[in-house]
Amino acid sequence: MAVPKLEQLSKSVVQGPSLSTGAVPTKDWTDVPAIFKPGNYAYQAKQEKVEYLNSQEGLNFPNAREWSPEDDDWKLPENWQDIILKGLRERLDKFRSLKIFMDCCVRCGACADKCHFFLGTGDPKNMPVLRAELLRSVYRNDFTLAGKLLGKMAGAREMTVGVLKEWFMYSYQCTECRRCSVFCPYGIDTAEVTMMLRELLHLVGVGINWILEPASNSNRTGNHMGLQPHTFKDNVDFLAEDIENLTGVKINHSFNRKGAEVLFITPSADVFAEPGLYTAMGYLLLFEHIGLDYTWSTYASEGGNFGLFTNNELMKKLNGKMYAEAKRLGVKYIIGGECGHMWRVIHQYMDTMNGPADFLEVPKSSITGTTFNNAASTKMVHISEFTADLIKNHKLKLDKSRNAHVKATYHDSCNPARAMGLMDEPRYILDHVVDNWVEMPENTIREQTFCCGSGTGLNTDEIMELRMRAGLPRANAVKHVIDKHDVNTLSCVCAIDRATLTSLMNYWNPGCNVCGVSELVGNALVMDGENRQELDEGLRTLV
Amino acid sequence: MKYAFSFLAVIALILIAGLGSQIPGMQYLFGVAIPYLAIMLFVGGFVYRIIQWAKSPVPFSIPTTCGQGASLDFIKQDKLDCPTKISEVVGRMFLEIFLFRTLFRNTKSEIHNGPKVTHESSKWLWLFGLLFHYSFLVIIIRHMRLFVDPIPFWLSAIEGVDSMLQIGAPTLYLSSVVLLLGILFLFGRRLINVQVRYISLNNDYFPLVLIFAIAVTGILMRYFLRTDIDIVTIKSLALGLVTFSPVIGAQIGTIFYIHLFLVCTLLAYFPFSKLMHMGGVFMSPTRNMANDSRAKRHINPWNDPTIKPHSYAGYEDEFREFMVDAGIPVDKELPAAKDEA
Repeated sequence: MAVPKLEQLSKSVVQGPSLSTGAVPTKDWTDVPAIFKPGNYAYQAKQEKVEYLNSQEGLNFPNAREWSPEDDDWKLPENWQDIILKGLRERLDKFRSLKIFMDCCVRCGACADKCHFFLGTGDPKNMPVLRAELLRSVYRNDFTLAGKLLGKMAGAREMTVGVLKEWFMYSYQCTECRRCSVFCPYGIDTAEVTMMLRELLHLVGVGINWILEPASNSNRTGNHMGLQPHTFKDNVDFLAEDIENLTGVKINHSFNRKGAEVLFITPSADVFAEPGLYTAMGYLLLFEHIGLDYTWSTYASEGGNFGLFTNNELMKKLNGKMYAEAKRLGVKYIIGGECGHMWRVIHQYMDTMNGPADFLEVPKSSITGTTFNNAASTKMVHISEFTADLIKNHKLKLDKSRNAHVKATYHDSCNPARAMGLMDEPRYILDHVVDNWVEMPENTIREQTFCCGSGTGLNTDEIMELRMRAGLPRANAVKHVIDKHDVNTLSCVCAIDRATLTSLMNYWNPGCNVCGVSELVGNALVMDGENRQELDEGLRTLV
Repeated sequence: MKYAFSFLAVIALILIAGLGSQIPGMQYLFGVAIPYLAIMLFVGGFVYRIIQWAKSPVPFSIPTTCGQGASLDFIKQDKLDCPTKISEVVGRMFLEIFLFRTLFRNTKSEIHNGPKVTHESSKWLWLFGLLFHYSFLVIIIRHMRLFVDPIPFWLSAIEGVDSMLQIGAPTLYLSSVVLLLGILFLFGRRLINVQVRYISLNNDYFPLVLIFAIAVTGILMRYFLRTDIDIVTIKSLALGLVTFSPVIGAQIGTIFYIHLFLVCTLLAYFPFSKLMHMGGVFMSPTRNMANDSRAKRHINPWNDPTIKPHSYAGYEDEFREFMVDAGIPVDKELPAAKDEA
């Protein structure tokens, strides 16, 4: 889909008739159907991907078929309504969060203008409260006394195909970023609601390809990109060669090596495409610098987990590789690279789903002697925690002037900020590797950070306009510091961000680079025996 | 016109009580039977809902972290917004429940020409929400004087503070005025704020109108229709209700029955409505959990141990040749090459 020109969209978000610009819809939201047309939905999952996932042990992805959201008939199973209601019943019994979030909302509206999708599209159903009402109305109808007695009067709706279509549209216009949950007086977390909606939709065979294809890839080849072991190795080897060309330092790295002290896992996007590649070069340089005894794995070659965006079972299955591989290789602990949703899974789900990791040791940096007690059970340390500890203990030789070309700001990725509390470690690192970095406005950073607009598997090109709209609040805060402080680099600790913020900056703020914090670390490292060329643009310099 | 329905419903309730209580013999229904029923529904319903919630497990540790978590020694933890200890969680919950801390954080976002997106602090909802809830609480506590004899010191003290402005006779209670202000703000906000108006349901207007009617009938009784009611009879009825020996006096006054019936409606309605946020706020997993899921294993009772990752062995079987070619270590070597000589 063609994306509107910048001037057009700039005007549209301010003046277009929408609830966020003050135009009040004339119809009640229950009377506005979801209509699918090219550009407003992510493509449906391919039949063979759904079939593959459904064939895997422990997974349930039924009703694989050819279909299109634009068709009237979605070829749902005959008893789809029963399946959905039974699925909802089951989830109400499994998740207290779902029950509480269905029952407690008072519709105070505090969440309404906190959602980047709402701010960018003005679509009322992108207010977190209405997104939840899409499900809540059905919940009331079938699971509450008031709804059963009073029906529509009590805000209840029957489960119809129209409602199902709304679920599909709006659970894929939510990036599960949890910003609304920060502002909700009861902590109602739309991410939980969206997750449930997506799980329910999968029960009747409704899902998107941009999520299910990477998830299938990850199951089979070990990573979302579908890189087979030799290709994965080649990609990392290329990065090591690039480093040697740039700095004269030979990188010693290994794959699937038994007996290494540390297993390192990062999103495969980091070894696959710019600008993530430079972040991966940063990791390689850092580990070389300190002589860490570590290994990459081709089997567990994906930090990210698109299972999180589908259902609990797939999330668990994909995540299981991390511990399985750590056990097989006999490492002591795991270090994880920069990624947002990956860290949500590691921090809040992994140990519960696939632990206890009693075959690993409580992470202790062999370089500094620091024990990471905050990861005592999971046994997995974030690269920013690991790096910050190295800097604090003066184990890194850093030359900030090597980042003189960088005037940075820092984007808190949603999950590290709101589902982990990792905020100051990357900032501590930035303080030590760049001379110049500034914060964006306070209501757009830390726990109030705005999503890139394309998380949870929505970073697909066919919905580019939606992504640019949803990314507006983030882009706009970046623009503020570009105008005020001549910022030229947006740093972050998320692989999806590195890809999506690049598109976002190219659109709203051309000329602003996107990088991982570890890239800036790599730029600044003074390596033993280096024979460094003039690197005006750090690791990005073309020589 | 959803709010119109709520007004109609409350007017109907007022008529039912106003007219019904006039019918000889019905005073017992409105003064004794309905209050008992309402209390039973309230307590039973409330407990039922809490038990229903508690029956569902919390499978994952999902606190919303709103500040820096505990990590390295030199990184300062935000103990209230990202708690790891129980005491810190209690602190977070206390401020949430007693001071509505989250609403204090509220912002208002707007999109201006440019485009320029702004996010300004907006504390009105916090302020009026807090005033509404606290004045309601004070009023409920003040009503305890009807159920105890003699009046304990602390109760008189609260009344003293509540009427410290010494306006009028009987003296004006601040809580009465503040409650009305709070309701007017919350109701007005639902009408004027287009976003809130669009999301509001009957379920949102009805309790506001009902509480408004309760407040107005109470104020009428205390300040304007004082001669129409017999406070001594009311107190003996209230004392009788709590000692399970209720006595209905003759001249109790219609306005009292209306007030009481509306209160009973609120009590009975409470457990089946959004008003259960009062209980839910204590149990919300994003707020009441410690952010320690990497330090301590959280247990999911329905975790399915049979879900295993696609095995390494299966992976190696599929890619062994490539791996060996690329020099990646394998667990099982390739079968010896066939002699093709």
